[in-house]
Amino acid sequence: MKQRSSMKIWFDSGKPWVWLNAGAVSISLVMVVGLIGLIAVRGLSHFWPADIVELTYAEPGEEKVMLVGERVDHETVPAARLALSGVHLPEGQETANRTLLKIGNRDFFGLDFRWINDPWIADTQKPAGLVSIERREWGNFYGYLVNVKQQGEVVAQGEQAWDAFQQRLARSNALYNKIKDIEKSDIGKINHGLEDLRIDERRLELDNVEKGTAPYLEIEEERKQLNTRYAKLREELDELYSELNRDQITVKISDGREAEIPMAKIVQAYKPNAMSTMQKLGQYFHNAWEFVSGEPREANTEGGIFPAIFGTVMMVMIMSVLVTPFGVIAAVYLKEYAKQGAVVRLIRIAVNNLAGVPSIVYGVFGLGFFVYFIGGSVDEIFFQAKLPSPTFGSPGLLWASLTLAILTVPVVIVATEEGLSRIPRAIREGSLALGATKAETLWRTVLPMAAPAMMTGLILAVARAAGEVAPLMMVGVVKLAPSLAIDNIAPYLHLDRQFMHLGFHIYDVGFQSPNVEAARPLVYATAFLLVLIIVVLNLAAIGIRNRLRETYKASES
Amino acid sequence: MQEQTVENSVLPAPGSKVANRRRAWREVKDRIAKYGVAVGGISVILAIVLIFFYLLYVVMPLFQGASLKTEATYHSDFKQPVFLSLNEYNTVAMALEASGVVRFFDAKTGKTMSETTLPLDGKTISTVSAGAATTGVFSYGFNDGSALVIKEKYKVTYPTGTQRVIVPEVTYPLGEKHVAIDDQGKSISLLSVQSYEDKTTFVAYTEDKRLILKRFEKEVDFLDDTQFTIKEEKHEISLTDVSSLTQVKLDIDQRELYLVDDKGFIYYYDVQQLDKPRLIQKIKAVPTGVDITSFEFLTGGISILVGRSDGHIDQWFPVRDKDNNYTLHNVRSFDAQSSPIIAIAPEQARKGFLTLDKTGHLGIYHTTAHRTLLVEPYVNSSAVIGLSPRANGFISMTDKGDVKLLDIHNEHPDISWHSLWEKVWYESRDKPEYIWQSSSASNDFEPKFSLTPLTFGTIKAAFYAMLVAVPLAIMGAIFTAYFMSPRMRSFVKPTIEIMEALPTVILGFLAGLWLAPLVEDHLPGVFTLLFMLPVMIILTAWGWTKLPKAWRERIPDGWEPAVLIPIVLLVGYVSMASSGAIELWLFDGNMPQFLNDVGINYDQRNSLVVGLVMGFAVIPTIFSITEDAIFGVPKHLTIGSLALGATPWQTMTRVVLLTASPGIFSAVMIGLGRAVGETMIVLMATGNTPIMDFNIFEGFRALSANIAVEMPEAEVASSHYRVLFLAALVLFLATFILNTVAEIVRQRLRNKYSSL
Repeated sequence: MKQRSSMKIWFDSGKPWVWLNAGAVSISLVMVVGLIGLIAVRGLSHFWPADIVELTYAEPGEEKVMLVGERVDHETVPAARLALSGVHLPEGQETANRTLLKIGNRDFFGLDFRWINDPWIADTQKPAGLVSIERREWGNFYGYLVNVKQQGEVVAQGEQAWDAFQQRLARSNALYNKIKDIEKSDIGKINHGLEDLRIDERRLELDNVEKGTAPYLEIEEERKQLNTRYAKLREELDELYSELNRDQITVKISDGREAEIPMAKIVQAYKPNAMSTMQKLGQYFHNAWEFVSGEPREANTEGGIFPAIFGTVMMVMIMSVLVTPFGVIAAVYLKEYAKQGAVVRLIRIAVNNLAGVPSIVYGVFGLGFFVYFIGGSVDEIFFQAKLPSPTFGSPGLLWASLTLAILTVPVVIVATEEGLSRIPRAIREGSLALGATKAETLWRTVLPMAAPAMMTGLILAVARAAGEVAPLMMVGVVKLAPSLAIDNIAPYLHLDRQFMHLGFHIYDVGFQSPNVEAARPLVYATAFLLVLIIVVLNLAAIGIRNRLRETYKASES
Repeated sequence: MQEQTVENSVLPAPGSKVANRRRAWREVKDRIAKYGVAVGGISVILAIVLIFFYLLYVVMPLFQGASLKTEATYHSDFKQPVFLSLNEYNTVAMALEASGVVRFFDAKTGKTMSETTLPLDGKTISTVSAGAATTGVFSYGFNDGSALVIKEKYKVTYPTGTQRVIVPEVTYPLGEKHVAIDDQGKSISLLSVQSYEDKTTFVAYTEDKRLILKRFEKEVDFLDDTQFTIKEEKHEISLTDVSSLTQVKLDIDQRELYLVDDKGFIYYYDVQQLDKPRLIQKIKAVPTGVDITSFEFLTGGISILVGRSDGHIDQWFPVRDKDNNYTLHNVRSFDAQSSPIIAIAPEQARKGFLTLDKTGHLGIYHTTAHRTLLVEPYVNSSAVIGLSPRANGFISMTDKGDVKLLDIHNEHPDISWHSLWEKVWYESRDKPEYIWQSSSASNDFEPKFSLTPLTFGTIKAAFYAMLVAVPLAIMGAIFTAYFMSPRMRSFVKPTIEIMEALPTVILGFLAGLWLAPLVEDHLPGVFTLLFMLPVMIILTAWGWTKLPKAWRERIPDGWEPAVLIPIVLLVGYVSMASSGAIELWLFDGNMPQFLNDVGINYDQRNSLVVGLVMGFAVIPTIFSITEDAIFGVPKHLTIGSLALGATPWQTMTRVVLLTASPGIFSAVMIGLGRAVGETMIVLMATGNTPIMDFNIFEGFRALSANIAVEMPEAEVASSHYRVLFLAALVLFLATFILNTVAEIVRQRLRNKYSSL
């Protein structure tokens, strides 16, 4: 009885409700930290060179098979679910453990992954000789190295094979990079030149210049020159290609089959089971660097994300250049020049609310207004010879940056206004009393003092822009941009080009790619990078804001 | 040593020329700055406001009616034709004259371009009919029971590169020889012919009231596709109890046949198998005293349009009932005209049509949108009309030979308030429904632009998200602002607030690829978790009071969340771990399957997942504003309340919450605004099927996700494009209103606090 009444008193005191509220805080914290932790763990573990296991696996009623691969996942499943996938457990057994094995060798098995039921594993081993080969096509390969061949002739086998393989791999990778370099820069330049000539010709046609006259002949002459240069490069390339295709390796798959892999198709190879922890750590950072600096392969599901990082940075930079002056001018006008009254208050509310308008609406506006309306008009006036293929009349970097500038300008305005209103009146009045004009006061004292606030606004704007995807899907982001926005072809900065973006990369690889399962670790790694950028930017903004507040507290007192 | 002069001193003497010049210059600069900033500031603000007006500008044309512009009027001296048609550029017109002459003429001037006299073999033409407008087929019936099929064709060439030259010609799909339809050689009084791909079907009504069906089918040899045989089929339908037919119409697929008699009855036949025609329905289509004066198929051949003598036009189409039987239904009527409809011209690409009545009024209508776009007096005597394939040009010729060529401006007849927001009875559907289906592979597809299921999806997503976010965020904010120790608060608040900046694409990705499969595999665990968390928290709190004092004092007041974090983790782990066992025990080991079996649809990417993740995305917004509102409650209020003996909790609920309630309201509004507009999460975490069902285990399609999916493919300035802009405008207005309300409430609150 006493117990009950003390419980009642406890409830009446309201303590349980306070605890419940505390619980809400705990839940929120667990969710926040858990989420970041989840992304970090999954994203960062992607680069670790995991051990490869060799399993002897015997399904009931079937012959023993050898399976080779990386352990990816492990779970306990109820029998009913297993039954759906055609696996029937013995009567009375209600759950089973199973392992997800990344078996690689997609060109031989058709699948990258396979669920393995633990009870049927007869034996597990980690032979040091197992090689993990990262290929340019068909994903990873797991198996044993048998020998190294040069034009079909075996040049090394057994013990020497591995060293010979590594040496020749370095050579083929160097050749591969050289070829890519020529194809991208030199041939790209020639193609661009040919396209320019075609446009020149079209321009002449539009100007009603008669065919066969001098300007046409000049163009023809230049075209000939470009074609000769192309033929020469082509020859050089053919030679490099035959060099590249010189070597092959022979490998043995888990089921005993032997296969040949051309050296040209291999990115790198290592023997994780034979590596020490330090070596693995080295490999880890190597992989992480490749991820950040490399080009994507295999429909973005493999390789690096450099173009996406580059595109995001470019877009954010152009957006910053646009948004800062305009945001600051608007804020200065609202705070310093406009007559404070109902209208300005209304405008302030409107600007505030625009920060809450869904980003997709800005995307729709950007597509309709910037791309089709302004871009279409620009094409009509300046790029008529190129029509009907659009220059600025299609989604591109400039329009994406402009759209995001409009989207983030309220953030800059609000932050700058806040900074301006924090500047003590005395400072302004002191300047005016000394005879400075309003403009001078603004330029020499007020704005420099508000600079950290503008910085905060800009950082918040950048953080928002870097994470925004929905509007970009309409105004310029693509899954695979053929070339970066900056290259060696005049005018060097191509604002009309489409670009890749980290956020869109996540959406595209995670949801549109044909091989989601294989690409998942890569998406986690990309997500981690994006979170990292945005959290750092936000922390910087918070830090600057706090410091700013303290500075003014000091000057006010 | 140089002498100090006025000119070279650092600070010129006041009143000197230099000083004045400098001052003037400074004033100019000041003024430039003033106007520069004003112009810049105002233009930035205008640019922002422009968004709204631009959206409006794109959407407006949707709701404009049709308008006509007379392109040319002239008198022609050729005989009045039975049929008129226009080519797709509105430049060449064709007139079929009753005498068997096919005349192509310049639509603007009336100058004859070519004239073909059909091979009549000395027979008399007894009837002329048109096939579906998209095929360009016409047919002539003769007095000896034979028929001839012709087809109009416009050859377009560009001989000089840009100049377009159109050469019209007449072709004969079945050859120039007449086809014998009636073996008895009776004159054909009504004829309907459809010829499409390799199949041609004739339906002929003879003067002695027999109905003859005849079909020619070209069968290409499947081994050698240059070889073919022509299969001929013939059948007669007996019309014993039918008085006199006035209309015979076969649909473009040559499957359905409609007959109309002089008493206002429609006979609906299935003639897919020509030798077994089946009368599906005989129905009195008009009230007594009203006649059927014209009869046409709507494009696509599913709906029929019945023009009546009282000026009404009815749309009918076959509707399937439960037993898979089709019956004709009068789906909608248009009653804007009042005298007998003498001609109906269906559009070829849209579900719209034009009508001409006996008093010469022209009407433009659209069926799906149930819109009357225009009714205008047009001619004052009976006329023959022709509509161009793009439905933007129209030609007519009166019996006196006056020709009129019109430009029709009618860009978006297919959109109306009704078609956007109300239930619409679409073709081939068994009842009026809300459907969003904007495109399809087929050409004569009826676009279904109902924003209702999309808006429903948005509301559904926001509802489940708020269900998760509101309690967690508000309760968390209450504790953080009022009970939490300042040190912990200085860490907790930024941590939760930083989540507001987390890109939603990451949340969407986690929702779709991590949480959705996790929830599917651990469904019972999720519900256990939702139930067990509050219970365990209260139990922990109770247990805490029972702990020895020395233990309790290790953790100071205001650090309760730190105590609870391990509990939350533990409950989470136990719930997930026990999920499999509960599933085995209660749901045969597979709860989603179990749900499906009891009739609750389960999708992997469902509203539960969206609710959890979007709730998570909205928590920081609501948390932050609520926390500010509660924290800003003047301290003397709470101190007063506590001094009067109220417990902290009583002070919280009776004083603080009441004072801060407008702030909390505005926090919820802003959170709602964010949930409504969120795109990536709903795009990635649901199946994006536009269904209307509040089932938490099913997906939906939200307005924002719909825009993201369809906008890149929408053709510029098409109805689809503008409807997507309308969806954006709806989102804009919804969030803008929510935010404005919240902002006004918040400003009031701020004033209240400062006056307290």
